[in-house]
Amino acid sequence: MSDLGELSRTAGKPRSLAGDAWLDLRTRKVFWIAAVLVVVVLVMAIWPSLFTSADPRDCLLARKNAGPTGGAIFGFDFQGCDVYAKTVFGARDSILVAVSATLISGVIGLLVGLAAGYFGGWLDALLSRFIDVMLGIPFLLAAIVLAQRLSSDPQSNGVLAVTVTLGVLGWTTAARVMRSAVLTSKNQDYVAAARMLGAGPGRLMFRHILPNSISPFIVVLTVLLGINIAGEATLSYLGVGLKGDAVSWGIAIAEAGPFVRTAAGPLVWPSVFLAATVLAFIMLGDAVRDAFDPKLR
Amino acid sequence: MFRFIVRRLLQMVVTFFGATFVVYALMFAYVDDPYQALVGDRPITDAQRAALDARFHLDDGFFQQYWHYIRGLLTGDLGETITGRSIGDLLAQAWPVTIRLALLSIVIAAVVAVGAGVLSGIRRGGAFDTVTLVLTLIVLAMPIVVLAPLAQLVLGIQLGWFPPTAGRDAGLYELLLPALVLGSLVIATELRVTRTSVAENLRADYVRTARAKGLAPKRVIGVHVLRNSLIPVITLIGVDIGVLMSGAIVTEGVFNIPGVGFNLFRGIRAEDGPLVVGFVSVLIIVFLVINLIVDLVYAALDPRIRYE
Repeated sequence: MSDLGELSRTAGKPRSLAGDAWLDLRTRKVFWIAAVLVVVVLVMAIWPSLFTSADPRDCLLARKNAGPTGGAIFGFDFQGCDVYAKTVFGARDSILVAVSATLISGVIGLLVGLAAGYFGGWLDALLSRFIDVMLGIPFLLAAIVLAQRLSSDPQSNGVLAVTVTLGVLGWTTAARVMRSAVLTSKNQDYVAAARMLGAGPGRLMFRHILPNSISPFIVVLTVLLGINIAGEATLSYLGVGLKGDAVSWGIAIAEAGPFVRTAAGPLVWPSVFLAATVLAFIMLGDAVRDAFDPKLR
Repeated sequence: MFRFIVRRLLQMVVTFFGATFVVYALMFAYVDDPYQALVGDRPITDAQRAALDARFHLDDGFFQQYWHYIRGLLTGDLGETITGRSIGDLLAQAWPVTIRLALLSIVIAAVVAVGAGVLSGIRRGGAFDTVTLVLTLIVLAMPIVVLAPLAQLVLGIQLGWFPPTAGRDAGLYELLLPALVLGSLVIATELRVTRTSVAENLRADYVRTARAKGLAPKRVIGVHVLRNSLIPVITLIGVDIGVLMSGAIVTEGVFNIPGVGFNLFRGIRAEDGPLVVGFVSVLIIVFLVINLIVDLVYAALDPRIRYE
């Protein structure tokens, strides 16, 4: 008897898949490094004034390419703007665009994947062929065409255009992953049980199937966040992304490019921040995927 | 094999029309007044409108216009840029240097990825493997807009190992740095796939048989394991071409290589709609054709594919 009591105490209450994953996740160093980086960047995006008191748009040509001073630890660029302040404030638009675009992609991918996987038949065939067609177009090429179309309004700063571009074009992988996860979980016994109890398609999909097929989808979205940050920078670099009064890492890299022989700092610092953020999201996605995959445990 | 080829060709036709249609729709959605978009802010007369109609078929319906565009693509007539230059001629001038750059970067990427992938696949968990995994993670996190300017700055300008820019008649040495940058975009995934498939194949029965026959380890790995491990890597080339195309736009812009990507880069900056759509359409066709070839080669190499 005492053995059994011991066993039940150590086993504790039954854990969910997510609970298991969390127990595994919190022992991983990679996860914590990535999580800290992500939190720092998010805080930087929400309250940039916590990190710097300087204004990124306060530029004086007299300070052109000047070296680091007290507040401006990264020096000044060719227009005399504070590079550190620009880099800190650059986080906001980059993150804003990436998060909103990922949400758009997530909603489209979720609905398309769920519908294709659950209803099957001609709807699945149609949606799957459409995804094949979308994957037949290299992502950046389609993004250039659409972003150029949407950002033609000279008044806007391009935030909406880039968000819509990345969001509308980036959902395909997420939808595919969602579809295959739904296909495996819709034939499980608990779904059949719920159906026999009289649950309708809506309840079956969102209460029973979705919670059990969401984890691979979340992993894809985490990596997509990193991809979208890089995507915004690339579009801004090419001149069809953010512009006007927007401050972003992509714009900073594009502006610093031609002056790299005289001043390297304005190019290097936004690049480092951008790469570190993308790296953090990729590592986070990797760690979460490993934690959710029972085969690797 | 014949049935597979037919099915794959039909699939390609569907994808071709779908993809060109999507691009066309993206380009021409939300245009309030196409006439005004063509001439800028000046007011235009009815006679000018009629002239534009005759030239660009603007009074036709959407599908008829799409048909004109497809016919132009298939007959090689890509139209003119907004400055009046023939897009076909521009493309013909730009191809050679881009093809040289792409081939060089594919070769560099393949040699490095396969070499390092085999080494780390053999000794999984070893020091070399760990270091390569960390390095590939860092390379994966570097978007091309970060990698290209930084490589130009550090390797081209500060250390002076490579020429920081390349021209139209760039030789092998001038193209080496841009090719390295471009190749590094695909090295990481190729390396990881090689590593995983080598590690899997090392446990396969035929490898044990080869060892039991008393073959030298070099031959077992160099011939038996490598040949079977390269099959999944070949499929990656199809996807990689798309990545390389996207990467070439930024890389050629940074290193001043007057290739396809550079012209597209300039066209985007100059808001030259016809040039962008023409170049993008041709690139998509190239992408689809290369993917078709890769799939056929894959089916020829791996019989399991054609009997699915």
